[in-house]
Parts: sequence; structure tokens; C-alpha cells
Amino acid sequence: MSDDVDFIEVTETLPLDAWHRAHGARMVEFASYHMPIQYEGIMAEHLWVRESAGLFDVSHMGQLHLSGDGVDVALETLVPADIKSLAVGRMRYSLLLADNGGILDDLMITRWEHGLYLVVNGAVKYDDIAHLREGLADAITINNLDDRALLALQGPKAFDVLSRHATGAYPLETLVFMSGGQFEIGGHEAWISRSGYTGEDGFEISIAADVAEAVADLLCSNAEVKPIGLGARDSLRLEAGLPLYGHDLDPDTTPIAADLGFALSKRRREEGGFPGAETILAERAAGAALKRVGLLIDGKQPVREGAAVVDAGGVEVGRVTSGGFAPSVGGAIAMAYVPAASAAPGTIVTLAQRGKTHTGTVTTMPFIPHRYVR
Amino acid sequence: MSRYFTEDHEWIDVDGDIGTVGITDYAQGQLGDIVFVDVPEEGKELAKGDEAAVVESVKAASDVYSPVSGTVIEGNSALGDAPALVNEDPEGEGWFFKLTLGDTSELDGMMDEIAYEAFVEKL
Repeated sequence: MSDDVDFIEVTETLPLDAWHRAHGARMVEFASYHMPIQYEGIMAEHLWVRESAGLFDVSHMGQLHLSGDGVDVALETLVPADIKSLAVGRMRYSLLLADNGGILDDLMITRWEHGLYLVVNGAVKYDDIAHLREGLADAITINNLDDRALLALQGPKAFDVLSRHATGAYPLETLVFMSGGQFEIGGHEAWISRSGYTGEDGFEISIAADVAEAVADLLCSNAEVKPIGLGARDSLRLEAGLPLYGHDLDPDTTPIAADLGFALSKRRREEGGFPGAETILAERAAGAALKRVGLLIDGKQPVREGAAVVDAGGVEVGRVTSGGFAPSVGGAIAMAYVPAASAAPGTIVTLAQRGKTHTGTVTTMPFIPHRYVR
Repeated sequence: MSRYFTEDHEWIDVDGDIGTVGITDYAQGQLGDIVFVDVPEEGKELAKGDEAAVVESVKAASDVYSPVSGTVIEGNSALGDAPALVNEDPEGEGWFFKLTLGDTSELDGMMDEIAYEAFVEKL
């Protein structure tokens, strides 16, 4: 018997699996889960979110709760964010960093009244838990909240819809972008934050897995809301200029190369003390060799992940990490790592894909303006 | 005129020695919203099974193979501005290219409409 019998990959089902199928979803395997890639079609779903409101099931993502005395100080040894100054109900985007400054995951960190609430990527959540366990003192408790589902309601009508159903100690409009609070939806306890991955106003809603169907039904009973699959989630976040872990970010990428310098809080930059601080701060001063940029692609053919960025002699000097047709832009867009000298907006870069040459123009991201309510 | 189908979900209408090639309704449904189609140019020589065209949906790029050998006489220029024709009318206005058949015996063993429907049902 070989060792790898311990690692047989099993595709798991999420709390809303049957609900997705009943709503006509086409299911695919993603991050070891059966996930809905689309319902009526990626294009229609994408445009619906930009004009109305869409409900996403992101229950594959890891929801973790960290608790114990000094949990904020402890987590600061693994991320470059200022967690100590994070007020209750506020959330911050951050990065789990390796000792060489590479990105192990990107995540959201929220301070709850007791402890910290983390949302991490589904594909690496077990690696993250192992990394946190190894890096945090035994006195810090890590709870995997795997009995909870996570929904996202996104779009310009998300607030109107959710305010019909969410009740709490204070009104929903007191939640501004990157803050959260305890509410009830249809009588079910919910942690709601004003955040998301589409560039639109919207909310992320953490609820007990066994009420996920009831809450999804309630939200979709509003004419403004349709269920939206992973396909549109990807095209929406690409237009919003938001990187996707495992594609635009990975352990070989640093925060500076990824153009995520904003995730290095001021106090942490001054004090250091996060993994890879020396490398990252030196790179911040001198600039990274490669930088993540947005590209507007000439012509109509999408240039996708894996295409090469090439120099005048056809030598590969960078790489496209995400790309596709952008429904709200009405053309092909991409994210790519390009040499620093080619990273200024307006620069034209040459791309090679399946034996064919394309050109793109470096463009400031987001491609579609964010509509966050601050 | 006869219509034949491949296991790769291309169709070919044959009229004398002229064939018109496209992808099936099943194929366009699987691909989803089509945003770009690259059709072969007039004069291109194709062997059976060659990559003849590229069709790109929001999700992914797919190759379209030539179901037969022959010489391209026309690519569907309407698809340049209106790739969604492939979604709307895959087995009509959304055709990809026409070619003169080099060897009509290559059609032997391809599926007719009934056989293709049965093939798709098992997928």
C-alpha cells in the first residue's frame, strides 16, 4: 500500500448544493467542491450584478475564528496589517506571508467582540489553518467555522433588498464598506459585512449552514435578485481589478510585485516584524522587477491566463495571470506581470498565445469604477 | 443536401463537393456566451481533424476541427462583428466556413442527425 492513500481527493458538497441544482446551475469542480459555474449564462449574470443584485454562494471559502489573549499581536507576526488598531466590527484586507515575502494567501480579517474572524480562500484553507497553527502560540485557539455558509449579495440594489430582511441592534445603513455587524435575516442569526469581490456595493453574509437554503430563498424571493455563478464572479472581480489567489497571487509573488502595497499598514512598515519584511520593504523602496498591471487587449480575442508577455525579440519577460472577455467593458481585458519599465499606464505590451501575437495597453485598474459605500 | 455530425460536435452540410461547417447547438450550449470566433481564410488547405477555427466563450477558448479534408473557399465574415450568431443560430447563420471536399469518402462513418442526438443524450 502506498502512502498516498491518505490523500485521496474527495469532491465535497456544499450546503446549497441541491439548491443550486434546483435553480438550474451547471455544476463544476472547484477547490475540491461542486460549485455552480453558471445559471442562465455568464454574460447575463455579470450584467445583472452591475445593474441589480446577485446572490453568490461562497461557502467553499474558509471561515476561521481566532481567539485567546493577545490574538491580534500574535496574528501580526504572520501578516503585514495593523491588527492591533482594528476596531470591533472593522475588517481589513491582508496577506499571509512566507518568510521570503511570498504570498501564501490573501484574506479578510475582522475584529469581533471576542477574537478575530478570518475569511480565507477555499483552495488553500487547510494549508492556511496548518500555517496559522504552526505560527501562533498554543494559547491561541483556531476554530474552523465549517458549520457556516457564506453568501454574498452584490450590486447596486443589494442594500435595498437586504434592508428589507436584515434586523439588528442598529440599522443596516450604519454598515459602511469594510465593516460588519451582527444581524438577523428571516429570524436567523447572521454576521453581515459590507464587502465583496465584484467592485459593487454589497454584503457578505455568514450564516449557519443549516439555514443557508432558507436565507438564499428569502433573498432570491426579491425580484431584484438572481443567483450568480462562479463564472460571473470571476469576470466581475477581473473588471474590478481584484486579484485571484492561485492565479494572480502565489508563493512566488510578493506584495509589491502584486501592487498590493496598500496592504502594508503604516505602523507595520515602520516596525517591520512580519514575514519577509526585509525583502518586501527593500522592494518597496527600490521597486519590484515585475509588477501586476491591467491590460486592455487590442482586438476582440481574449488573452488568457498563461499567455506570455514578450519583448521585441519575442523573449518571454512576463506572464498573463488572468484574462478574458469583460462584459461591462465590452472587450478583452487581462491582468499581467510585466517588467517595471513597461508598467506605466499607456505602455503597449506584446503578448503571445498559442502561436499568435496580441497587443495590449497598460491601464489603471479597476477597469470599471468601484462603487463602494464608504 | 446531407448533414453529418462528428463526436467533436461539428456539423457539415454537403452539397455536391461543397461542405459548410459549424458547431452544433449542443456545443454552443456547453460553451456559453461566445465572444470571439477566428475562422480560416480562403485558400487554406485543411486535412481531416486539423484545427480549423477557434471559438472563444467568456469562459474558455476551444478549437474547431475540420471534419473533412479540403480547401477553404470562405470563412463566415459575419462572425467577426457578431460572434453571438453562433449562440443564436449555431446550425444556420452561425456557420464557420465552407470548403471544397477533397475526399467524400471521409464522410463515411460520420453520424447523421438521429445518431448524433443519441450520442449527445449519453453525454
